[in-house]
Amino acid sequence: MSDTNFDVIVVGAGPGGYVGAIRAAQLGLKTALVEAKHLGGICLNWGCIPTKALLRSAEIYEHMKHAANFGLGAKDVSFDLAKIVERSRGVSKQLSGGVGHLLKKNKVQVFDGYGKLLGGGKLSVEKDGKVFTTLSSKNIIMATGARAKSFPGLEPDGKQVWTYMEALVPNEVPKSLLVIGSGAIGIEFANFFHTFGADVTVVEALDSIMPVEDAEISAFAKKAMEKRGMKFKTGTLVKKLDKAADGVTATLEKGGKTETIKVDKVITAVGVVPNVENIGLEAAGVKLDERGFVAIDGYCKTSADGVYAIGDVAGAPCLAHKASHEAIICVEKIAGVKDVHPLDKSLIPGCTYCEPQVASVGLTEKAAKDKGYKVKVGRFPFMGNGKAIALGAPEGLVKTVFDEKTGELLGAHMVGAEVTELIQGFGVAKTLETTEADLMHTVFPHPTLSEMMHESVLDAYGKAIHF
Amino acid sequence: MPIQILMPALSPTMEEGNLAKWCVKEGDTVESGDVIAEIETDKATMEVEAVDEGVIGKILVAEGTQGVKVNELIALLLEDGEDESALEGADTAAPAPSAPAQATDAPAKPDAAPAPTPAAPSTEKGDRIFSSPLARRIAAQEGLDLKALSGTGPRGRIVKRDIDAALAAGTGKATPAAPEAKAAPTAVASENKTISVDDPIFKLLPDYDAIPNSNMRKTIAKRLTESARDIPHFNLQVDVEIDKLMALRKELNSRDGADYKISVNDFLVKATSLALTRVPDCNVAFTDGAILKFKRVDMAIAVAVEGGLITPIIKDAASKGLATLANEAKDLAARARDGKLAPEEYQGGTFTISNLGMFGIKSFNSIINPPQGGILSVGAGEQRPVVKGGALAVATVVTLTLAVDHRCIDGSTGAAFIKELKALIEDPIALML
Repeated sequence: MSDTNFDVIVVGAGPGGYVGAIRAAQLGLKTALVEAKHLGGICLNWGCIPTKALLRSAEIYEHMKHAANFGLGAKDVSFDLAKIVERSRGVSKQLSGGVGHLLKKNKVQVFDGYGKLLGGGKLSVEKDGKVFTTLSSKNIIMATGARAKSFPGLEPDGKQVWTYMEALVPNEVPKSLLVIGSGAIGIEFANFFHTFGADVTVVEALDSIMPVEDAEISAFAKKAMEKRGMKFKTGTLVKKLDKAADGVTATLEKGGKTETIKVDKVITAVGVVPNVENIGLEAAGVKLDERGFVAIDGYCKTSADGVYAIGDVAGAPCLAHKASHEAIICVEKIAGVKDVHPLDKSLIPGCTYCEPQVASVGLTEKAAKDKGYKVKVGRFPFMGNGKAIALGAPEGLVKTVFDEKTGELLGAHMVGAEVTELIQGFGVAKTLETTEADLMHTVFPHPTLSEMMHESVLDAYGKAIHF
Repeated sequence: MPIQILMPALSPTMEEGNLAKWCVKEGDTVESGDVIAEIETDKATMEVEAVDEGVIGKILVAEGTQGVKVNELIALLLEDGEDESALEGADTAAPAPSAPAQATDAPAKPDAAPAPTPAAPSTEKGDRIFSSPLARRIAAQEGLDLKALSGTGPRGRIVKRDIDAALAAGTGKATPAAPEAKAAPTAVASENKTISVDDPIFKLLPDYDAIPNSNMRKTIAKRLTESARDIPHFNLQVDVEIDKLMALRKELNSRDGADYKISVNDFLVKATSLALTRVPDCNVAFTDGAILKFKRVDMAIAVAVEGGLITPIIKDAASKGLATLANEAKDLAARARDGKLAPEEYQGGTFTISNLGMFGIKSFNSIINPPQGGILSVGAGEQRPVVKGGALAVATVVTLTLAVDHRCIDGSTGAAFIKELKALIEDPIALML
């Protein structure tokens, strides 16, 4: 521990930080990683991964309830919430341990504590309020992530008003649940608790749920979830939450009219704020952008020499895969690797694990038109796909948006079973700058859901076969 | 790992060249764009520029070496931070031509400010331009020449943003000919390889008159280039004795009231047409779906005209008598020279005869006139010593050379035709049957 000088120091061990540290070490740089809580960060411990474990339980439970549809019998189908949560925690633990192993294997030195910039290439590491070491490096990468945002009057209390942290480890399924915010986090928890019996209402301030998604896809998903009994209130604001012993009364406002709704629990999922406090940004001379995130250039360099920022702390979209990708760019640039290119944010896919799933990459139809493109739009419904019918999942839609002039694939938007596993096909296509011709010439295997990607492209040019 | 410097291909067809001169020596520091060597091909001497920066670690091919193969390793470049020890164990064997020529993972010192490396779209790998499908399409739509652009994508690939930048800057416009060329891809393929009148090589040559290419010249160039490039030709050669034929010709032409004059070539047209009807597998055209076996012989006859040549056609030549053939051939040739042939009189034909005998040419190989399957080249008739029954004798002999399209006519089929043809010529009475 005597050696405190490193080629690279990474602060934060989430999907940005740990990936950056491993890559730096692979490139022969002497690397330190400073983390106060969990290796793997929110993603692995309190986000992406444990929610997927919970939703897998929900999915199987749903299948068991409908086993008869497949000619199967299942009596007394029940669940044990404690076991579901235990499995979810186990999955996180396993993966966090895996990250620790990878860091060790790559000889990354991990410091357990809070990192704080001191300026001049120095960083203090605190544990329990005491500085126990000071590290120095010409390259310090801040990957401190983000946390749940809260609005005045809607502050979570961890008992009746939850954030994702509490929602991930519930003791019981609330009878009724109000979810504030219909982004990926809100929608996923809404689906989970609805499946296990909660009466779920989702409130969204904007006019459509999952507002970043294509309007058609969003409407499709909303209708499908409503059919299963979930309730949505769009264009609606939560004005206040009145807590009482027997529940929470929420005052909602839509178009000047107010109504109240009484629920057992509330989950706030109204977005995230970057963790920019108490990490020494001022001391190091690191500037923030107008939204409060750390301002960076295309190679993740901040306004201060030798200080970099990646992932959620450096701006939207706050997605694990964006953080990991920035980590690679940042570290390779530092190492002087040739052929490093800034991240093109239009190529970052987004996935939401509701039922049905939603996935997309690139511009929505509206965004494309707003940018002045004359578009060709292709659509293909799951109903026309053999594999979807065989799976018993005929609900869904694959939509593609092309620039009429050049044939550029501007965006792809999907809703339906397993679409989160399909979207990267269009991601590759977009990254390689294929045109509709290359996609049409691609052979898609039969029988797969991916055939709908092909058909959607064909449909954009009036050539769809199965619909 | 040191960067490998490979023998560059300075033209699409270059396979090897001479390393004329090294402009650097081991230990020299080079920047991207510095001239490091001069390469000599059979046509020109060109400079080789460094793509990467670094220090010349080792020169592996000495100055003055002849016949260095394209993509052969010629030197090793040490990157920033590497010293000579890096050369040890460096793979000095020539890599496979497609192997990545440089390691991208090699780290430099972390605190060194890495200089941006301008990536050229085609590097050691040759003249291929790496570009995205979208970039190619927009470039084609906007009339941009990809060769004039440099790429900023992975490994110098030209991507959409490079096209957008070029459009914004108004650079990289292709010559006006390019958009027209789009319409005829086959023409592009052949014309692209044609040397330009603007090529600097002509400055080194004596003064000249430039005769603009006539349409006939363009058609000859295009069709024969395609034929020579795309059709697998092979040749079969045979000597035939024509003494009997000459005698028969003399007899026929001297008949009272003869309103014809049959040439040797007319006999050959007749013989060839008959031979083709007897070996119809040689009266064919190759297509991608099928071999077309024609039910009639339409014989094209190559006729030299002012500024080129043309091939008038004698339709159904096998069924016509010698007198008819002679008169028809004479008429067609005369009108061909006057430029008075109707298109249907020179378009088509299932087989061609080309005769340079009148110029004293002994034998020659012709290029097939597509889509025909074969062409017969006729040399001069001359007295040659021949061996007959173990004794030396004199005979009038013509050398015939058959060129056929191997896609539709195989060697034995061609030989069967030649055998039939030789028999007919050497026993010309059979032509009368």
